[in-house]
Amino acid sequence: MNIQEATHTYTLRLGDNALILGHRLSELCSKGPILEEDLALTNISLDMIGRAQALLKYAADTEMLGKTEDDLAYRRPENHYYNNLIIEQPNGDFAHTIARQLFVSVFEFLFYTELEKSKDTTLAAIASKTIKEIKYHMQHAADWTLRLGDGTAESHKRMQKAVNDLWMYTGEFFEMDNLDTFLLHQHIAVDASSLKLEWNKYIKTALNDATLNVPEDSFMQTGSKKGIHTENLGHILSEMQYLQRAYPDAKW
Amino acid sequence: MITTEPTLEYIYNLISEIPDPEIPVITIKDLGILRDVKFVDNKYVVTITPTYTACPAMGMIEDQIKEILFSNGITNVKVELTYSPTWTTDWLSQEAKLKLKKYGIAPPNHSSCTKLFSTIDVVVCPRCNSKHTELISRFGSTACKALYKCDDCKETFDLFKCH
Repeated sequence: MNIQEATHTYTLRLGDNALILGHRLSELCSKGPILEEDLALTNISLDMIGRAQALLKYAADTEMLGKTEDDLAYRRPENHYYNNLIIEQPNGDFAHTIARQLFVSVFEFLFYTELEKSKDTTLAAIASKTIKEIKYHMQHAADWTLRLGDGTAESHKRMQKAVNDLWMYTGEFFEMDNLDTFLLHQHIAVDASSLKLEWNKYIKTALNDATLNVPEDSFMQTGSKKGIHTENLGHILSEMQYLQRAYPDAKW
Repeated sequence: MITTEPTLEYIYNLISEIPDPEIPVITIKDLGILRDVKFVDNKYVVTITPTYTACPAMGMIEDQIKEILFSNGITNVKVELTYSPTWTTDWLSQEAKLKLKKYGIAPPNHSSCTKLFSTIDVVVCPRCNSKHTELISRFGSTACKALYKCDDCKETFDLFKCH
C-alpha cells in the first residue's frame, strides 16, 4: 500500500458518504413536511453534494487515471461504493430522516474537526470548509429531535422508534481497517475509533433533552468499507446513474 | 490595441466590481470571493473561493470574470477555485454590511457567534432596527441566508448567516 493509493480510497469513502446522503436528501425536494423543511433538507443536500464534488475530484486526482468526479459518481457499481450503511437507509418517516441526520452530523462534526489537522493539505482544506456547514446541519437535527421527542405522544413514539431502528448502523462510524490505520500513522487519517466516547456524549445530551432513551449497544451492522451494502444502495444508484448508463458521455 | 502588458492592479480593478449574482448590491470583492490575481506561465490566474462548498453562483462568477477580461482584450486568463483559507463572513467590510442592510438583508454578526446546539443570537430587523425578531427557517432562499420575521414591523427578512 502506498500513501497515494490509500489516500485515493480514503477520500473516495468520504466522498461517497457525502454523495449518497446528498442524493437521499434530494429525494425530499417538494416532499418536505412543511415549506421551511423542504428548503432546509434540500439546502443540506446541496452542502453534501458540494462536499462530494470536492472530495471525489480529489479522489480522481489521486487515482491518476485521468477520471473526473463525474466518472466516479456515475460509473461505479454498488460494490465499488464505500459509504456507510446508515447513509443509504431510506428517508422513512420524518423521524427517521431526522434521527439519521442527528447521528451522521454529530459524527461528521467530530470527524471533520480532526481531519482539519490532517497532514494532507487538500483534505484539511475541504474539512475546514465543510465543518462550518456541518455545525448548521447539527443544529437543525438537534432542534427537530427535541421537537419530535418532546412533542406529542405520537411524535415521541415515532422518534424513539427511529432512534432504535437506526442504532445498529452507528457502529460503522468508528471502525478502523488497515488502510485507516496506515494513513493514521502518516498523520493523514483520523482515528475514528477515538471519537466514540465524544459522539455518545453528544447523542446522549440531544436524546435526553428530547425525553428519548439512548439504545443499548448490541449487534452492529458492518460491511461498507468492503463494498458490501444493504439492498437500498442499488436502488439509489439505478436512479442516480440512469442517464449516464443509458446515454454514456451525455452532456447538458 | 494593447501595447503593454496590463498590470495585475488593472486586472483586479476590472473584475472587482462584478456584482454577486445572488445579491447584486455587493461585489465579489466586498464578499471576499475574489482572493487574488497572479501572473503565472504567461497567464493571468484569478483565484476565487466559494462562500458555501456547493455555491451554485461560482460558475457564473467565473464566466463573468472571463467575459469582462476578454472584452478588454485580455484572453490569457485562468480562473482557479480555492477552499483555503476558508471563506468567512468576517471578511465582509463594514461598508458591505451597510449595503446589505440597506438592501433588506440583516448582515451577519462575527462568525464566532455560531454556537452548537443553540439558536443564533439576537438578530436586528434591517427595516425598523427592532430586536424583537423570530427565526422562521434556518435555511432561506440561498445557502448563505436564513429567514426571519420582525414582531414589530411584521415584515419577513433574510439574515446573512454567520459563517
